[in-house]
Amino acid sequence: MRLLRIVPDDTKFDFMQFRRISFPISAVLSILAIGLYFFHGLNFGIDFKGGLLMEVQSKTPTADLSKMRATLSGLNLGEVQLQQFGGPSNVLVRIAEQPGGDAAQQAAVQKVRGALGDSVEYRRVEVVGPRVSSELLSYGVVGLGLAIFGILIYLWFRFEWQFALGAMIANVHDIVLTIGFMSVTQIDFDLTSIAALLTILGYSLNDTVVIYDRIREMLRRYKKMPMAELLNASVNQTLSRSVITHLTVTLALLALLFFGGQAIHSFAATMTFGVVLVGTYTSIFIAAPILIYLGVGRGTDALTGPDSGKASTKSK
Amino acid sequence: MLYFTRWKAAAIVLTALVVCLFAVPNFFPEATVNSWPKWAQRHLVLGLDLQGGSHILLEVDTAAVRKDKLEATRDDVRRVLRDARVGYTGLVVRGNSVEVRLRDEASSATALTKLRELSVPLGGILGGSGQMSLNVTTEAGNLIRLTVGDAAILDRVRQSVEQSIQIIERRVNELGTVEPLIQRQGADRILVQVPGLQDPTRLKELLGKTAKLDFRMVDVGTPVEQALQGRAPPEDDLLYSSTAPKTPYLIEKRVVVSGAELTDAQPGFDQRTSEPIVSFRFNTAGARKFAQATQENVGKPFAIVLDNEVISAPVIREPILGGSGQISGSFTVQSANDLSILLRAGALPAPLTIIEERTVGPGLGADSIAKGKMSSYVGAGLVVVFMFATYGIFGLFANIAVAINVAMIFGVLSLLNATLTLPGIAGVVLTVGIAVDSNVLIYERIREEVRAGRSPINAIDAGFSRALATILDSNITTFIAAAVLFYIGTGPVRGFAVTLGIGIITTVFTAFTVTRLIVATWVRWRRPQHVPI
Repeated sequence: MRLLRIVPDDTKFDFMQFRRISFPISAVLSILAIGLYFFHGLNFGIDFKGGLLMEVQSKTPTADLSKMRATLSGLNLGEVQLQQFGGPSNVLVRIAEQPGGDAAQQAAVQKVRGALGDSVEYRRVEVVGPRVSSELLSYGVVGLGLAIFGILIYLWFRFEWQFALGAMIANVHDIVLTIGFMSVTQIDFDLTSIAALLTILGYSLNDTVVIYDRIREMLRRYKKMPMAELLNASVNQTLSRSVITHLTVTLALLALLFFGGQAIHSFAATMTFGVVLVGTYTSIFIAAPILIYLGVGRGTDALTGPDSGKASTKSK
Repeated sequence: MLYFTRWKAAAIVLTALVVCLFAVPNFFPEATVNSWPKWAQRHLVLGLDLQGGSHILLEVDTAAVRKDKLEATRDDVRRVLRDARVGYTGLVVRGNSVEVRLRDEASSATALTKLRELSVPLGGILGGSGQMSLNVTTEAGNLIRLTVGDAAILDRVRQSVEQSIQIIERRVNELGTVEPLIQRQGADRILVQVPGLQDPTRLKELLGKTAKLDFRMVDVGTPVEQALQGRAPPEDDLLYSSTAPKTPYLIEKRVVVSGAELTDAQPGFDQRTSEPIVSFRFNTAGARKFAQATQENVGKPFAIVLDNEVISAPVIREPILGGSGQISGSFTVQSANDLSILLRAGALPAPLTIIEERTVGPGLGADSIAKGKMSSYVGAGLVVVFMFATYGIFGLFANIAVAINVAMIFGVLSLLNATLTLPGIAGVVLTVGIAVDSNVLIYERIREEVRAGRSPINAIDAGFSRALATILDSNITTFIAAAVLFYIGTGPVRGFAVTLGIGIITTVFTAFTVTRLIVATWVRWRRPQHVPI
């Protein structure tokens, strides 16, 4: 049987040369993403902004949005957003946080339920009060920070500080670009998005670590090879694995994206962007070449690590 | 790397098999599983987002606890000073303190000694933290300040949460729902999860009421008009009726009998008017107190006060000696029923506020399960085909390993009685991606070693030994992310973290053992002259 060969053996792409293009591109994109965050903003979902979210299904085959809008606007609940969600009979109702604390949110739910009555089936009702939303947001931000920090410590322990720093720069780059993506698409930014960001982080690192592992091995084996050449060789040797792994992850993600339903659609979309587009690019074009600038040394800690003896005897 | 002793191979197969077997109960209906031995009953629990239900987060109203504590302290001070015959000119609650101005500076030593007795160590006799409930200080000779510290409030809040959980359990159980979950969260919160509940309105009504019921006398000595002008006597409260029009009443602060002294409450109908009523029965002490009060006050009105609202204020026609009675007050059948549930369950020590609510209807839950299944099948199918196309027979090995891996994830989840949420299913799908990656790493490494000129068996051996280090490194980083997610996440997100974390562990396990064993067995059997990948 002839097997599928997606990446030919012994590729010799000059990835390091490409850094002269990839670094500026990444810098510009990152600045753009940060700008988007500040000037365009994220579409904070109910988890972080508080308020009401209801998914209702009208008992008629198609929901009469304008009639519903008229009914709900009459309740004096401030901004009411209606959106078709999934099928034609499904409507997502979003109502901004009510002034007056937690009790006011509950009163608003009762009003909406009273106004819509039995004309719809309530598929989902979420009410998040002001205190919970601010806590969830700070938890999310702290969690992201903690994760980056924890991974940094681990990498520092396992590799050298230059690797840890390189991985962290790559990490932040991933997160920033993904936040930019969320800003452009105005995907709901909620707890699930934090989950997506953390998973992107994990995946991207996973990838970076695989390449770093190879770089470390090469550093032990070829003591005299110029740095750029060595990095190039490492990325090229792991290229086939990078591509195949990303293809399988992409297949799994696309299945989630197209068949997972509305509930995890934004999660799957964010993941697809972060893992498939950004993560792969980052490990190859940012995480590896940045080591040139960070001055990964030879003959330092990494080379006298516990298994360096084994590696050098095998490489004779 | 490719040599396994018989024992080791057997241990690996056995471990994988046992873990997989724990997933078995999920394929049988619950009734069947319940007839099995206890250890075999563990199974996955579907999250509220999949089976539908209500998630409600309640918070003890700290401000109310503080206000209660301060007012109680003020009343204590009044009682203590009266008993000690110490005169005072002013007694007020100011900020976090109660301030009392003594009439005569000479009595301040006596007053201080007596008031200091009000302060008790926090946390009871056992496990006290050394902190006191009150800080009694004196200023300018005749001003005494009793400060209620934050620690004292926190202590009260903690106790309130404990008591509230028990009361909520009794209230929720009256709804007749299946397996409600009632749990403390943090210092001042209670999580209530009721699977299968479609409309939480009634639940919220039952949770939102403090249900503090008191029987108190109506003050007929002072006209209500005077109180309405803001000059209510200090021993009275100005309260309103619960039904419109809101009638003002002047009710004595002193409680004749409290709701805590009820032993039973049942909804019923008045025999004459056939209106819904709630009939109740006092315990012995309550019955005695009620009998005495009604004997002394025939012809005067008393009030039944629920959460600071007057439900009814009937006139005592004759002494009530039997220890039972009935409350009528424009109830509906539903509200009479609810009130009796609340009275039976007891009053909450402090009001609870609903700060988060998430309810999923059964329709959406079923849809999510269907979508989750569909996407898992499609995702797994695509990956299986792709792996086979890329690595042939080794792809097949990878697919077997991944299938065992997924079965093991469900086994571990069942063993932990973990909750499966929609993001959790996404976690499983993503784990398939990670699990495949470990195989890809191994196979790519073997390809490289073959190209480097090694013999097939040598190449396979080296491929495994070098790839496994990388697999470990890369999975630990993802595991750190999953751990953080578990720590910060709630509900569905936590479900995602759990499946991802468990998935990483089983992935590392399968890569190190199962995959290696399969390949080793194949090598022994076929003695390959070249590596077919």
